[in-house]
Amino acid sequence: MKKTITQLALVLTLITAGAGLVLSLVEAVTREPIAEQRRLETLRALQAVLPEVDNSPDADTVSLPVGKDRKGQDVLRTFYRGRSNGALAGVAFKVTSPEGYSGNIDIMVGVTPGGTVTGIEILSHSETPGLGDKIEQEEFTRQFKGKTLESADWRVKKDGGEFDQITGATISPRAVVSAVSKGLAFYQKNRKEITAAEGSSE
Amino acid sequence: MNLAREFNKGIWRENAVFRLMLGLCPTLAVTTSAINGLGMGLATTFVLLCSNIVVSLLRKLIPGQVRIPAFIVIIASFVTVVQLVMEGYMYDLYKALGIFIPLIVVNCLILGRAEAFASRNSFVPSVVDGAGMGFGFTLALFILGAVREIFGSGTLFGLGLFGAGFTPFLLMILPPGAFIALGILVGGMNRLEALRKQRPGDRTIGV
Repeated sequence: MKKTITQLALVLTLITAGAGLVLSLVEAVTREPIAEQRRLETLRALQAVLPEVDNSPDADTVSLPVGKDRKGQDVLRTFYRGRSNGALAGVAFKVTSPEGYSGNIDIMVGVTPGGTVTGIEILSHSETPGLGDKIEQEEFTRQFKGKTLESADWRVKKDGGEFDQITGATISPRAVVSAVSKGLAFYQKNRKEITAAEGSSE
Repeated sequence: MNLAREFNKGIWRENAVFRLMLGLCPTLAVTTSAINGLGMGLATTFVLLCSNIVVSLLRKLIPGQVRIPAFIVIIASFVTVVQLVMEGYMYDLYKALGIFIPLIVVNCLILGRAEAFASRNSFVPSVVDGAGMGFGFTLALFILGAVREIFGSGTLFGLGLFGAGFTPFLLMILPPGAFIALGILVGGMNRLEALRKQRPGDRTIGV
C-alpha cells in the first residue's frame, strides 16, 4: 500500500511532536540540577584561585564589556569579588584563549585587588592528552602565583620569557600565558570600576 | 526464537565493535580510560534499548518511506535525555565524555539495530537484542579503555598500578593507540574463534 505524502508528513509530525513533549518534560526536571552543577563548578574554581574569603564571590560580581562579537554586541566579562570581613581580598575572572592546540582554553584567574596573581585554574580545554593537557597540573599553574603584569616577562622560556613550557607541547602553555597576561592588562586598565565598592550584582 | 541466543550474539558472535565494526567513532575517541569507556557504553546502551523499544512498538505505524527520519528523531530524543540527565546528576562523567554524547545520535550501531532488528521484530525480542548489543558494546569499550589506561597512564579507574617507577606508554592514550589496541584485540578475538572452529565436535555456537 502506497501512502500519500500527507500521511507521511502526518506520521513524522506526530513523532516529532511526541519527541518534543518528552524532551520538554525532561528539560524541566533537569534544569535546576544542571544550573546547580554549573554554579558549583564556578564556585570550585573561584575557591581555587582566590585567597581565603568569607562571602560568596559568585553573588558579588561586576560585568564589563571586553569587546564586540560578530553581531556588534558587547561581550561581557564577569569579575567575581571575594571579600574578607567586608574588605576586598581578591578578584577572579575568566579568560578564554583561542590559541590552544585544539580548541579554546578557558582559564579562571585570581588576582589581589592590586593586580598580583593569586592563582589560575584551567576550566576547560581540549589539548592533547598526555602532552598539552599538563597545563592543568599544579606544577604548571603554580608558576603564575605572585606574578604581576609588570614584574614578569609574559612569554614562555622558548620565546625568551620566564614561564616554563611543557616538553613536547609549547603551544598550549604559550596560549595560557598570553591569555592570562591579556586578562591582567584588562584588569589593570579597568581596576577602578572592578574594585569599586558598589557594583551591579545581578 | 531463542531469546538467550539473541542476547548472546551481541556479546561475541555479532559484537558491535569487534565483529561488526560499528560505532567506531566513539569507540576510538573516548576509550582513553576504563571509566570513560564504561560511561560511554552505558549511555549508548540506554539509548539503544529505548530506541529499540519505541521503534518496535511503532513499527507498524511508521511508513517505510520515512522510517529513517523517524528513527533518527527517536534516537536523537533519547540522546538528548541522556545528555540532560548526565549533566544534571553525573557532571564529572559528562565533562569527560563531552562532545561524544551528542554523537551517539550518529552511532551506526543504534540506527543499524533499529533498521535491521527492531523495525522487524516485536517488543520482547527487540528489548533482548538491544540489551545484548548494548552489553557487548559496553564490554568492548570497557576492555579497550582498560587496556589503553593500563599501558598509557599506568592506572586503572584512576588508581596507580605500577608505582612511581613506571613510565607510561603515552602512545596508547593518543589517537593511534586506539587503533593499535583495537587491532590487537580484534586479532586476538579472530584467533580464538579460529582455534575453536578447528576443534571437531565443538559446534555450540555457529556463525
